[in-house]
Amino acid sequence: MSIVVALWLSLLFLPFKGLKAASVLFVVLTVAIPLMKLVSVLMRKALPHLETAAGLLPRDKRYLYVLLVPVLLVPFVGEDYVVDVAVLSGIYIILALGLNVVVGYTGLLNLGFVAYYAIGAYSYALLNTRLGIGFWTALPASVVLTTLAGFLLAVPALRLKGDYLAIVTLGFGEIVRLVLNNWDSFTRGPNGISGIAPPSLAGAVIGKISHYYYLVIFFVILSFFIMRRVEDSKIGRAWIAIREDGIASSAMGINTMLYKLYSVAFGAFWAGLAGCLFAAKMRFVSPESFTFMESVLILCMVIIGGIGSVAGVIIGAVVLVFLPEVLRDAQMYRMLAVGCGLVFLMVFRPQGLFGRKDVSLGN
Amino acid sequence: MLLQQVINGLTLGSVYALIALGYTMVYGILELINFAHGEIYMLGAYLGIILLGFFTAVGLTAYSLPLAIVLVLVLTVMFCSSYGFTIEKIAYKPLRNAPRLSPLISAIGVSIFLQNYVMLTQGATDKVFPSLFGNSGFKFLSTNVTYLQAAIIVVSALMMLFLQAFVMRTKTGKSMRAVAQDKTMASLLGINVDAVISVTFVIGSGLAAIAGVMVAAYYGLVNYYIGYIAGIKAFTAAVLGGIGSIPGAMFGGVLLGLVESLGASYVSSEYKDAYAFLILIVILLVKPEGLLGKTPEEKI
Repeated sequence: MSIVVALWLSLLFLPFKGLKAASVLFVVLTVAIPLMKLVSVLMRKALPHLETAAGLLPRDKRYLYVLLVPVLLVPFVGEDYVVDVAVLSGIYIILALGLNVVVGYTGLLNLGFVAYYAIGAYSYALLNTRLGIGFWTALPASVVLTTLAGFLLAVPALRLKGDYLAIVTLGFGEIVRLVLNNWDSFTRGPNGISGIAPPSLAGAVIGKISHYYYLVIFFVILSFFIMRRVEDSKIGRAWIAIREDGIASSAMGINTMLYKLYSVAFGAFWAGLAGCLFAAKMRFVSPESFTFMESVLILCMVIIGGIGSVAGVIIGAVVLVFLPEVLRDAQMYRMLAVGCGLVFLMVFRPQGLFGRKDVSLGN
Repeated sequence: MLLQQVINGLTLGSVYALIALGYTMVYGILELINFAHGEIYMLGAYLGIILLGFFTAVGLTAYSLPLAIVLVLVLTVMFCSSYGFTIEKIAYKPLRNAPRLSPLISAIGVSIFLQNYVMLTQGATDKVFPSLFGNSGFKFLSTNVTYLQAAIIVVSALMMLFLQAFVMRTKTGKSMRAVAQDKTMASLLGINVDAVISVTFVIGSGLAAIAGVMVAAYYGLVNYYIGYIAGIKAFTAAVLGGIGSIPGAMFGGVLLGLVESLGASYVSSEYKDAYAFLILIVILLVKPEGLLGKTPEEKI
């Protein structure tokens, strides 16, 4: 059976790379397919054991704060390059936590989340380079702008559900990118905006990447705590209720429209913050950084770690930022692996690697 | 000038319509936005170039050009249909009863995979489709219509007629309509639902393959990312006409092609790609069931 599958797939591959590559693929697949079946059987057997083992850990999760120590020590042990990647993963953690509010808690698939990230980054870039406003004033201003944008775009879009909502958000994302790319007089088009000032604190410029790292870590920890608090608040509960069953929750007296709006605006808030941090780190923004693929990447972070779980999302973001850096040589195959990974994850473990079983992704 | 743009728009629109049919058929049956459908079209464009190159190398093109073209089309359709079939089996079939978003995310995964698969095997640079007909054409009401444009419009129209006849008049078509209405009921009546779904993917992919070859010949250049934007536009066309409706997809495709072509020449060509998104958003907000679609009832 697996030989037939291997032959079929190699045949499909044949025109793209010729006979030699196709026969190599055939041999590889004949070995790999039974192996994969074996691994999946073993995994299925091992998973319940792993879950019971995880259940043996202390209920009180506060001991996990020990993990903060190595995080804070990164700039002392790592080279600048490692710190740079760590800063980037911090920014992505904030972004992914923001998207997790919309997709994970409320169950609204957003395929254009990068639009808010872009609005945040461009707001800071424009406020800073055009009006000379400093980081600490421009940051709240851009975050408010992004939240507002999230609100305004959500009002019409939230009348839609499921797939349709996903496609409309994708459309918004693309329109934002096209506007940034074509409105030359305002955004300088594809050339982007350079010369963005780094933030300063108490008169000292935070120019060194290791200093900037602590700034980002501060915001990551802040977002982590706020997320944990919001998750258990009345609003968070309402979001989860909407995700599980919109009609039932509105019958229970939840104003679903309003709470969905809160969710989108709250998600946009974090994307705006992440955008600001990104612009201040790179000191340069251009439309190229805000493509559809970026939206997909953020979505992958949310899904891989475990949709709806704060810790899972953080792990997902760190893994997806660091993995390509570790696999430098295999970088060409990175997106190939991401595509395959998404499919296999959905087929074998739709709740994500560390996700909870009780999360259903809409109906 | 106006007529010229209308002809260009019709050419473009009939291609969108061909791709949109694949979206609409799959959505009608599975309620799944098959995100990977645009990539099938891209595979078709590449396969057209690869196969034509192969036939030129073995001397068939020199021997008989029409034979070579027909063979290229037939083989491309076969390959792309096989791809569609395989994708459905691997990425969608295990998720038949999963929550709605799971197959959509899986489809995005397939789409990313196929783009990079083609980029890695065929290179990231543009591929050139050899010019077979040049710019030769004929005059139609004082405008130039190239033979290629005429061929695209005619072939698309034939394909749509064929599809309409297939769905309305054959037994398989009838079971497709039955499955689209109610999967459980259809299976109780002895229809093999999985087989019908496979047939849907095979036909949809075949149509996308033809669209891919024709576009590659029309523009002369293809790249591994053409599937994404074409897919979005075709999906817009499907939504515009009313997703799930076959005449709707044809109508939506032609309308979108005309809007894009006229918009690019009379409004702004920089925002050419934004029109599709704008139309999509406006239609979804104002009339989500599309121009020719039916309002679905909400099941509680």
